[in-house]
Amino acid sequence: MENVITAIRVVPLEHYVYLSFLLFCIGVAGVVFRRNTIIILMCIELMFNSVNLLLAAFSAHHSDPRGQVFVFFIMLVAAAEVTVGLAILVMMKRYANSVDVNQLNTLKW
Amino acid sequence: MQLLFYILAAISVISAVAVVSSRSPMNSVIALVVCFLSIAGHYVLLNAQFLAMVHIIVYTGAIMVLFLFVIMLLNLNRAAEPMKTLGTRVVAVLAGGLLFVTLLAALRHGIEARAANAYDPTVGLVKSVGMSLYTEFLLPFEVSSVLFLSAVVGVVLLAGKERPWTPPTMEPTETEGARGE
Repeated sequence: MENVITAIRVVPLEHYVYLSFLLFCIGVAGVVFRRNTIIILMCIELMFNSVNLLLAAFSAHHSDPRGQVFVFFIMLVAAAEVTVGLAILVMMKRYANSVDVNQLNTLKW
Repeated sequence: MQLLFYILAAISVISAVAVVSSRSPMNSVIALVVCFLSIAGHYVLLNAQFLAMVHIIVYTGAIMVLFLFVIMLLNLNRAAEPMKTLGTRVVAVLAGGLLFVTLLAALRHGIEARAANAYDPTVGLVKSVGMSLYTEFLLPFEVSSVLFLSAVVGVVLLAGKERPWTPPTMEPTETEGARGE
């Protein structure tokens, strides 16, 4: 147990930052890459998680629990966002009979 | 221990790529669950045990089940999957890669890694996070419950019952017509 606790600082903070960057960029690329709305929502979740990982890494590095409270709040907001987003998706499927974001072009000039 | 971090990092990156590139939405959801579990492993490595548990319960337990439920409800499968053109996909990968390069360039001198506080092994356990949450962040915690309430009401309103679709350019309804006369 002591071994686990002292091992936190073995991994450099930069590597957590790089991992978080990579996950975030995969999420951004996925939002542009896909047309399926549900996959776009999942990519947004991926970006949320990369930011959460970064906050948790800095919080553990600075030994400050407040960063982890922020992660907790981000999880709450993400849960609320997903419920509303999926409800909108169900409505979209019901009325437009598709989950393709290209179908939603009513506001397009 | 360092090796464990790199294994978990490889798992999370590979599964994140699988989320984006997989054809079937069901495979995407499974890959995202794997990615979230590996991120929970990262939290355990960071000694954030409370976060690891909450992450598994909220994300893989609730959110991903919700995604799976919606995919099954809407019967999305490989045949119904809309795909973008090749050009858009190349541009998407380029945009993500350029963003990554930009972020890396911002860090080319490294980050100042001096810890602000003395090392405390109890940070990240339920006790320290709970003390911070229920003293310093009590008001945001209560406000977030209001956010949840509004989200639940909104979802019930949106997806609750089947209503006839009224197009945006609607003709005057009967009540308005009656009022006009």
